Amino acid sequence: MSNIAIRVENLGKIYHIGGPQAQYKTLRNVLTETFSAPVRRARDLLHGQASGASGLKKEIWALKDVSFEVKHGEVVGIIGHNGAGKSTLLKILSRITEPTTGYADIYGRIGALLEVGTGFHPELTGRENVYLSGAILGMSRHDMDRKFDEIVDFAGVEKFIDTPVKHFSTGMSLRLGFAVAAHLEPEILVIDEVLAVGDAAFQKKCLGRMSKVAGEGRTVLFVSHNMGAIRTLCDNTIALAKGQVTMAGSTNSVIDAYLHELVTITDGSIYDGKRFYRVQATCNPENLDGGVLLPLKPATFVVECYGKEPILSPSVYLGVHTSDAQLLFGFDFQDFQLVNRIEANQKVVFEFHINELPLMPGTYFFRIHLKDLGDGSIEVVDRDYEFQVSPGPIHNASVRYLPPQWFGNIVVPISTQVKFQNPSQFSIV
Amino acid sequence: MIETPPRIGKISKDTPPHLRIQPSKGWVSLKLGELWEYRELLYFLTWRDIKVRYKQTVLGAAWAILQPLMTMIVFSLFFGGLAQIPSDGVPYPIFSYTALVPWTFFATGLSMSANSLVGSANLITKVYFPRLTIPIATVLSGAVDFLIAFAVLIALMLFYGIVPTVNIIFLPFFVMLAFVTALGVGLWLSAMNVQFRDVRYTVPFLTQFWLFITPIAYPSSLIKNDVLRAIYGINPMTGVVEGFRWALLGTGSAPGPVILVSSLASVFLLLSGLYYFRRMEKTFADVV
Repeated sequence: MSNIAIRVENLGKIYHIGGPQAQYKTLRNVLTETFSAPVRRARDLLHGQASGASGLKKEIWALKDVSFEVKHGEVVGIIGHNGAGKSTLLKILSRITEPTTGYADIYGRIGALLEVGTGFHPELTGRENVYLSGAILGMSRHDMDRKFDEIVDFAGVEKFIDTPVKHFSTGMSLRLGFAVAAHLEPEILVIDEVLAVGDAAFQKKCLGRMSKVAGEGRTVLFVSHNMGAIRTLCDNTIALAKGQVTMAGSTNSVIDAYLHELVTITDGSIYDGKRFYRVQATCNPENLDGGVLLPLKPATFVVECYGKEPILSPSVYLGVHTSDAQLLFGFDFQDFQLVNRIEANQKVVFEFHINELPLMPGTYFFRIHLKDLGDGSIEVVDRDYEFQVSPGPIHNASVRYLPPQWFGNIVVPISTQVKFQNPSQFSIV
Repeated sequence: MIETPPRIGKISKDTPPHLRIQPSKGWVSLKLGELWEYRELLYFLTWRDIKVRYKQTVLGAAWAILQPLMTMIVFSLFFGGLAQIPSDGVPYPIFSYTALVPWTFFATGLSMSANSLVGSANLITKVYFPRLTIPIATVLSGAVDFLIAFAVLIALMLFYGIVPTVNIIFLPFFVMLAFVTALGVGLWLSAMNVQFRDVRYTVPFLTQFWLFITPIAYPSSLIKNDVLRAIYGINPMTGVVEGFRWALLGTGSAPGPVILVSSLASVFLLLSGLYYFRRMEKTFADVV
């Protein structure tokens, strides 16, 4: 048996965007298109354009020239921005859609998990849906009978198993859906972002289940935005951008390089408002460790903007939020220093220097308000400036993943001490 | 799309199933073997469609009887009573209801399968399985309705004192013919519906039109010329209806040529539908 589980060779997929195929067609469209196309082609030819390339359809390579190999028993993470082609890759590997070019060889039984609760029908009971979803995901009825109790137990919905799923809470049906999927036993498992369901406790359970699967020597392809989970679970990682593989290699090196890129990418967003324009804000690392933001290391928040009109006393408020929009802390420039009048079209740059960034690794964003203390006006900049804090040595060189549900988002510099008492001080009765 | 289908059952270690995912070219294979491997899924989908069919309705499965029964009453009043349309010597209600039972099975199967793929878009974009299972399960799920309506037919016949002929043993063949026809048309329509939502608006018109070109309200014996009658059999439902009446009521002679033509037409519909479906299948997830 070959050692390779998945071999992907020059895989590519075209989507037609903006052309007639983007919306669903009506017969009339197709008919008019059919009859007008030859005429247009002829006209194009007369005008000296290449035939076929009529320029009406916009083609987008969701995936282009992607090649990689995955060995048996390997757990590989796939990361990338939204639209980088991760989902397209998984859809091709799980045979939902066909590639346009190239091929992928799969050695072994492959199972895909692209959604939680695949095939659930709201009118059916939990029990019925377990069997239905299992059948759709490729489990045999015999396997389902064997694992049924385990699945229900995992989901923790024993009491409601004979209730129609439409009466379930969202969390309950998600848990049941994940439980069915988690008990799939293919040799190769393709998973898309399903850990992001349920409450913290259930997420931990899912993560535990995932690492159990990974530990069993199963081959796993795992797409996620959760860098911590990828670091914990995956040996190797592939980074995709614009449909192509940009990096592949050991998880830690790929993620570090990827997050570095992410810091630079969020720089570019420019905001134009009423009184301020060309507003840009970034969060920059001040250390030289590969240019990533690290917990308890220096960082600078920079806000730069131009006044559209003279501003008497500009100031900026900056609030840092967790990825689920909880405000962690904020500061206002006016509490540190006052800024003199700027003229129209004059640029002003505010910098907040933080000596020890008090944030645990993860994704955060900040929001800014631009103010004129002269007339008390406040302009709320309606965008989120996202930034990532990379996993780094936090307490005493520990780089292990500290899940936020236990360790929170804020990191506090702490020193510890342990003391032993002399045993002779105790009298043993 | 895939040259070697994956195996669902147990796999021994020394025979690794090798699956190649690549763009499909030229004529696609029907991959009916794969469909067989997914028979359990077909069973579950059919079971789901049956279970869900009359959920949250007041009358429930009574709908299965009401549809053909109400049509029969209207037909009997207007076509049988007012228009005095001949009914081959059988009481008109029985005459029309015998035809309406397979017709309802066909018409519901057709219209429900036409919408089946679009209705299962969330499955199609999230998981792989032979897409054929969806329309097949939909048509199959009508079998329960058919059985209920059929039981009523037997009761009605007993009420009118009509005993089924021995030819009733051929009835499964005609049921099969109705199934194949419904599936054949359903495959065409469901695959087209993924791309062209016009189908949704075509279906009610199509079934209505089809109802009138099928000898349900009138006997096909109105056509005297044998050749013309055989040609009439190009509509496979003609064969089904004729067959039902012959097998149950003993009207007419064994409708040989008509059945033959109908069967051929029906098989043609099914095969062409299968090929069209397979050809379009690869685009379903992207277009639906």
